[in-house]
Amino acid sequence: MDLYEYQAKDLFAAHGVPVLPGRTVDTASDAEAAAGEIGGAVVVKAQVKTGGRGKAGGVKLAKDPAEAKEKAQAILGLDIKGHVVHRVLVTEASDIAEEYYFSFLLDRSNRTFLAMCSAEGGMEIEELAVERPEALARVPIDAITGVDKAKAQEIVSKGNLPAEVADEAADVIVKLWDTFVAEDATLVEVNPLVRDPQDRVVALDGKVTLDENADFRHEAHGALVDERTENPLEAKAKAKGLNYVKLDDGQVGIIGNGAGLVMSTLDVVAYAGEQYGGMKPANFLDIGGGASAEVMAAGLDVILGDDDVRSVFVNVFGGITACDAVANGIVEALKILGDDATKPLVVRLDGNNVDEGRRILSEANHPLVTVVGTMDDAAAKAAELAAKAGA
Amino acid sequence: MSIFLNENSKVIVQGLTGSEGMKHGRKMLAAGTQLVGGVNARKAGTQVDVDGTSVNVYGGVEEAMKETGADVSVIFVPPKFAKDAVVEAVDAGIGLAVVITEGIPVHDSAWFWAHATANGNRTRIIGPNCPGIISPGKSLAGIIPANISGPGKMGLVSKSGTLTYQMMYELRDIGFSTGIGIGGDPIIGTTHIDALEAFQNDPETEAIVMIGEIGGDAEERAADYIKANVTKPVVGYVAGFTAPEGKTMGHAGAIVSGSAGTAQAKKEALEAAGVKVGKTPTETADLARSLVS
Repeated sequence: MDLYEYQAKDLFAAHGVPVLPGRTVDTASDAEAAAGEIGGAVVVKAQVKTGGRGKAGGVKLAKDPAEAKEKAQAILGLDIKGHVVHRVLVTEASDIAEEYYFSFLLDRSNRTFLAMCSAEGGMEIEELAVERPEALARVPIDAITGVDKAKAQEIVSKGNLPAEVADEAADVIVKLWDTFVAEDATLVEVNPLVRDPQDRVVALDGKVTLDENADFRHEAHGALVDERTENPLEAKAKAKGLNYVKLDDGQVGIIGNGAGLVMSTLDVVAYAGEQYGGMKPANFLDIGGGASAEVMAAGLDVILGDDDVRSVFVNVFGGITACDAVANGIVEALKILGDDATKPLVVRLDGNNVDEGRRILSEANHPLVTVVGTMDDAAAKAAELAAKAGA
Repeated sequence: MSIFLNENSKVIVQGLTGSEGMKHGRKMLAAGTQLVGGVNARKAGTQVDVDGTSVNVYGGVEEAMKETGADVSVIFVPPKFAKDAVVEAVDAGIGLAVVITEGIPVHDSAWFWAHATANGNRTRIIGPNCPGIISPGKSLAGIIPANISGPGKMGLVSKSGTLTYQMMYELRDIGFSTGIGIGGDPIIGTTHIDALEAFQNDPETEAIVMIGEIGGDAEERAADYIKANVTKPVVGYVAGFTAPEGKTMGHAGAIVSGSAGTAQAKKEALEAAGVKVGKTPTETADLARSLVS
């Protein structure tokens, strides 16, 4: 889960990382009040989970509360790369002497963690990595020994941070490591990490990604979910314990078992859809190896509630669960849904007890269900039905 | 032959007494696996009945190895205990630890990998979040359905469980020396490259199917490895061409970040290494079949 800047900074502050005082608000008048409390010039920053806020007009300087209100008015409701701004952070305007870059992240290739540090912060780090890779230090971190002061000093030195701030920057880096480990983060990024005119080192921005697999040991992380910006179908699926991702511009609803098979199903549908006016998959939904009737019904319920969906492709490989059980699950699911099931279903079953599974579906003879023998043919059928339904 | 697992492998299950452990313990026995013990500190000294076979439960991996000669452990324990279970297997020095558990925090996986490395990598780790490994007709260590394909001359390595099953089923007319699911987490033990190397050295394996998916650069690195080291024919498949940027697609590691980790880049890297890449699983199976017959 990606956090908002203000959430990231709250975590930083809780672990002793220096941040500037600020308040998050939802309205322009609250922004005015917040600016009054903070005093002096403030920065009004859009809280959206995407980069490039500054370029999109989502970060503005305001010299007094009245101007903060005006700027907040302009920023709230702004659409930044598809993210609508519901909330702004009003924070003290800082005097910046220098800007640095710092992050801890997962290094998948080396199966460990990585610290990245550069004296050239502020710009998009992807650009820096491409244009001046030598300016970006990459220091592997052992997951067990972690980052102590000495390791932090090594990172600071490799990142070419100036000597005057080296010690304080190293302290901040140790605290960022504490945040990274204690919160089970997979990314902690500070861009920019700034040096102010008094040589203090402050995290001016913050980006944190938390590992949802670790939620069992972080009760507090549940409160960081912003339900307002969740896709309603995704929220509904999540509440039912389903692994669902809504896709834009799709017409074919997808249900399958196993993440890899479902990803593959999306691709095969998009590929087949090229023959039918560009029909595309409308979602990812993995009902897992079990594929029970209840889970199947819950999955179909979510997908049929998606107005974009014109046909549904149920693609199940009977491995751990045999096809007859899956077929019974589909029949039961359609009974549970009753009149709510309104769109054509193309079912492809393969694997263990496939003949019995197909027999069950053919005997049930549900008017919405078409059984197709192979994944490729079934994808084509589902795309064809979606194209027809839209005609 | 086969890779990493054969008819002589002696297998224990950490978490045998749990529901998943029992369910798949039964299936492993039925698949011909020499299931020699279970591990559960609280049930040490007891026996469990696995479909008529009495299996001893030991207090720890080290004890189980000493008593049974076990050289493989399959780990089914829940995510919050998985790190300790893997560390225990590594400390006992078992040859192969297959971590089935899904949902392990990545900091825990990074930790046990660092621990295994610090111990000289005596233990091969497969997974986590994987279906395990099968050498059909010989042994199964994991949850791969044993009856979808018999023994034969294909080798298979895959990030995805159900695509492993799908591919083994499609190629059941040829059969497999070994099929191995390496898992869809961001940090995994055994990689595509490890399996490719072993298949290259396995006289029984004639051709290799490699299945990848979005996220990370394991497929790109495997492509480089194939170009330099693999002389046997390799066929590839990559899932996730339609996956949107920044969304996790079921597997914790299946995510396109910015322009990194795309299916297109992986396909291109594999093709540049001379690997034929199928557009669909079925087309991939057909390509693989054409290489061995």
